[in-house]
Amino acid sequence: VIAARAIGDALRAALNEDDRVILLGEDLVDPYGGAFKVTRGLSTDFPGRVRSTPISEGAITGVSAGLALSGYRPIAEIMFGDFLTLCFDQIVNHIAKYEAMYNGKATCPVIIRTPSGGGRGYGPTHSQSLEKHFLGVPHLRVVASSLVHDPAAVLRALLAQDSPVLLIEHKLLYPLHLMLPGGGQIEGDIAEEHISADRLPTVSIRSVPREDCSFTVLAYGYQAELARRVLSRLALEEEIFGELVVPSQISPLDWEPIDASVNVTRSLLVIEESVEGFTWGSEVAARTSSRFFGELRRPVATAASDPTVIPSSKTLEAEMLMTPERVERAIRQVAA
Amino acid sequence: MVADTISAAPAVTGWDVRLVGVPGEARAERLYRRMRFIRRFEESLLGLFERGLLNGTTHACIGQEADAVAIMEHLGDDDHVFSNHRCHGHFLARTGDALGLMAEIMGKPEGVCGGIGGSQHLCAPGFMSNGIQGGIVPNATGIALAKQLEGGAGVSVVFIGDGTLGEGATYEALNLASLWKLPLVVVLEDNEWAQSTPSSANLAGSMRDRFAAFGFAVLEVDSTDVEKIDAVAERALTRGRRQEGPVAIIIHTYRLCHHSKNDDNRPADEVAARWDLDPIEIHGRRLGLASRAAIDAEVESAVQDVIDRAVAL
Repeated sequence: VIAARAIGDALRAALNEDDRVILLGEDLVDPYGGAFKVTRGLSTDFPGRVRSTPISEGAITGVSAGLALSGYRPIAEIMFGDFLTLCFDQIVNHIAKYEAMYNGKATCPVIIRTPSGGGRGYGPTHSQSLEKHFLGVPHLRVVASSLVHDPAAVLRALLAQDSPVLLIEHKLLYPLHLMLPGGGQIEGDIAEEHISADRLPTVSIRSVPREDCSFTVLAYGYQAELARRVLSRLALEEEIFGELVVPSQISPLDWEPIDASVNVTRSLLVIEESVEGFTWGSEVAARTSSRFFGELRRPVATAASDPTVIPSSKTLEAEMLMTPERVERAIRQVAA
Repeated sequence: MVADTISAAPAVTGWDVRLVGVPGEARAERLYRRMRFIRRFEESLLGLFERGLLNGTTHACIGQEADAVAIMEHLGDDDHVFSNHRCHGHFLARTGDALGLMAEIMGKPEGVCGGIGGSQHLCAPGFMSNGIQGGIVPNATGIALAKQLEGGAGVSVVFIGDGTLGEGATYEALNLASLWKLPLVVVLEDNEWAQSTPSSANLAGSMRDRFAAFGFAVLEVDSTDVEKIDAVAERALTRGRRQEGPVAIIIHTYRLCHHSKNDDNRPADEVAARWDLDPIEIHGRRLGLASRAAIDAEVESAVQDVIDRAVAL
């Protein structure tokens, strides 16, 4: 099943299982069914609970907050991750604050889903991975969909707890098939699933035992899929072995599966599509360098897109963003 | 639902009848008592700052007490109030929890939000406030949507000031509330000044037209008389409960104190002239001298008790 369909099915299951779940967003209602068709069919089956809104991202998130404060379980869709800037005040100064600043007297469990990332030629304002600006916001979970995580299980875990969530879905993942770990394997590789105390998965993938891996790659979303393909090929063709660690929640991080891998490989590369500078990778590098001070075989490496706008031109976009070629270059550097 | 007797008022914690209303007293007396309660509570805060017992800042609503008291007369347990940075009056009129608020502003763990929220970020049953301008309007709209989904007669009330009309989030919410015919009641307290800037330098067009353009029913009152505001509030809330769409109440009033602390650059003669319209005086004249003096004395001792108990926590 492709990711878009699996996420839609997860939303359908959530609507079925809990009357308090309400979906809000622009153009969600059938026959359109959302800009990326993730919610197609849901408004027909859950009239009144799946609602198209005006073009008002601040109100979509702000109204979701009010619903959540009233005991509902709103799931808002922001049509493009780029538009999260229009929700920043609601997320940072309202949604993420209420429970803590009211000393636990209220909860505001809003889930905000958004398609993010480039590669589709949509240009500077419809291609970004702006999640880095939300990492480290206290009391906010930032979660990223990946092909190796079951969207239904992740959504169920998020609905079972009360912290607000920003859920990033890279738009290039939508047409790809999920690759869930089954029988301890993904596509013939060893796949180990670690479930956090919050029931959120981190999946570690390697083609040989960890002891035979010479580095760890940490990535999420579409970049995790790019890294998996490169690692799989390098293992097969060149006997270069690295372990890929794919967390579902990227902030705050569940360090246990990351540390478990780095503790053995003693080398780490962090890959992300956000533009470089003050990134997820920088934070992971700082923390890992401190945790494994004196034990790493090389400095923690990071790879991210160039710090500029995302060009519309296909050629220019490919030069600026993290592409399969750049992912491979970054991996070869830590493998050397 | 009009609270004709104190027993019809919302349940409160930290209840003190000397502050919220003595059983059996006339409605006019209760209205006066509650305004006096808010006034003396806030005047005491300013004194506590001077004594170094409070930290941070506070926004008093001195001069605007009638708004809070009149609106809350018409709210019950099914309703929700969202307030802003200038929220003490709304909180006290809604909950009566003077000790919880005093302890909160003093930063004590016994405060309504454990001392984390402080003056501007309060939470109690049926009440919340936040210090960011405009953002609470979509939140209150979401609460109104929840009320509509629940299908009862509950309304979501949000207090904003004239300055908040500069925030875009407000209009996103007004549009949605009207589009979905939500039971939202926006109470706009126009006190003529946004911090140090007069509305004449802030606001184009008309306040009424802004709401009317979105299809709100708009009720407007230019008064600090609690009974006049009370009458408008009754009409507005009755209408809001019909689930036919949102309502705006525009109250033209005046802030008699500074914006927060020691920050008042308004013309002294303008402020002095407005003291003639002090809501407590306007309504106080309706009471007999003896009963007014008795209420004043009761409020005074009760507020002092609150301070003493809060300091001792």
